[in-house]
Amino acid sequence: MPSITKIRLEIISNLPVTHNCFRLELAGEGLPAVAPGQFVQLEVPGKFLRRPISVHDASSERIVLIYKTVGEGTKILSQMTPRQSLEVLAPLGRGFDPGMSGKRALLIGGGLGSAPLYSLAKTLLAAGKQVEVILGFNTAADLVLLDEYRALGIEPAVVTLDGSYGIKGVVTDAPIPEHDCFYTCGPLPMMRAVCRQLEGPGELSMEERMGCGAGFCYGCTIQTAGGPARVCADGPVFKKEDILW
Amino acid sequence: MVRDLSTEFCGIGLKNPVIPASGTFGFGLELADSFDLNILGGISLKGTTLEPRFGNPTPRIAECEAGLLNSVGLQNPGVLALVNEKVPALRKLYGGCIIANVSGFAVDEYRECCRIADGCEGIDIIELNISCPNVHGGGMAFGTDARAAAEVTAAVRSVTHKPLVVKLSPNVSDIVAIARACEDAGADGLCLVNTFLGMRIDIKTRKPILANRTGGLSGPAIFPVAVRMVNQVAHACKVPVMGCGGVATAENVIEMMMAGASAVQVGSENLRNPFACKEIVEALPGVMEQLGIEKLSDIIGCV
Repeated sequence: MPSITKIRLEIISNLPVTHNCFRLELAGEGLPAVAPGQFVQLEVPGKFLRRPISVHDASSERIVLIYKTVGEGTKILSQMTPRQSLEVLAPLGRGFDPGMSGKRALLIGGGLGSAPLYSLAKTLLAAGKQVEVILGFNTAADLVLLDEYRALGIEPAVVTLDGSYGIKGVVTDAPIPEHDCFYTCGPLPMMRAVCRQLEGPGELSMEERMGCGAGFCYGCTIQTAGGPARVCADGPVFKKEDILW
Repeated sequence: MVRDLSTEFCGIGLKNPVIPASGTFGFGLELADSFDLNILGGISLKGTTLEPRFGNPTPRIAECEAGLLNSVGLQNPGVLALVNEKVPALRKLYGGCIIANVSGFAVDEYRECCRIADGCEGIDIIELNISCPNVHGGGMAFGTDARAAAEVTAAVRSVTHKPLVVKLSPNVSDIVAIARACEDAGADGLCLVNTFLGMRIDIKTRKPILANRTGGLSGPAIFPVAVRMVNQVAHACKVPVMGCGGVATAENVIEMMMAGASAVQVGSENLRNPFACKEIVEALPGVMEQLGIEKLSDIIGCV
């Protein structure tokens, strides 16, 4: 198992990007490399367990996380301010395989599942691959990261459930561009539909309530085609054929 | 001054009393690349049964104030994988005390599992888990009844010459009665406590958070109860006691030893900090100095 680093990072910024989502930028010396699809365990003051949050973007001394305020822990997190610090365990989990076959990759994100796919898009573009992106949201107010993807030169196809922005419907209602492989991250029903309908090799990122986040408490095990698998350490990214839908 | 952290448990010398508790440190191998395991006095491995088990469905973890509930349900690869793969691999990396934690659903199963573990050279101590609250018809059912606890202890005693430690459940009204029953049936040591049966409900969905409805409560929330039980049992029994339950700091280790523990297991703290045991060992000499303790084993049972 790969080595885990425990490191205290300073909050550079922690700002809302929608009515219930925040963008948290952390920095510190000695931050280990974090690959697309990997996550960190973030300390939340006053809470016993850390919060596993996927990494949106990372560089040598900086990571960016995008999180939704869903419970008490993420609410506390959203009230933290620059220059405060947070202890982080990183890097955790098995990320996306940027080496999947072919030259054209399709990335499909639902809600905040759009966040980890962003760093993957950067990696794939740097490897000279063509990247197409489809993003799905409940409603226009939930839209995130469009400008970030555009800044990479990608124009994502956007789908909203209520039709308030882009195509009305779910991600599989969008025209599916030609692709050699696909990557998806988002709600389970969305990923199920994507994996069933799309041809070619595919990877998806699973979510589960976690304990340690590092593979030794067995709190997040799911049954897969290859037997029991820990979402935190054997995943969170799995091949589409691994998942028993 | 050099502070002496060494202790002894069931005749086995430990370089220090700090041992990650079963179920909170996998098979040791998971963290072997993150720090040198040899700083640990011992390692108690993930609870193992005769046959491989998937365990319970997810969610298996629910947080609470000062701790968490778990209902992993003894997920493990089976005792053959333990003795043929896990222990030999760990033994290559780790020279300290390896504790195999054995569980089951019937006396015969416990006996067979221990017989197989007995044949594994790398295992120093067998920890009999009669206190898992997350499986039906086994585990804790043996640990909450003195007669059943004695029966399973005696059955296992007959198939192993290795030191036999029984891990007790705190979900009883008289912990001393269970402890004495295990001692009389041949236990060489006792480990207490396992988790407290608990429950959390999601008030939005009106459903239990854990898929298994209930789970075992652990973490700092249970520390005072564990200290009390260790103290009672250490005074009532002759065999050594391993203290477990909510230990999170070097100070907690010292308190547990003062209560009567010869060695101390650290559980939930590992889940939020995989380096917890290492950091506790590193912090112990400083805390001993503050408290005027030269030799850690001198304080065992001083209260």
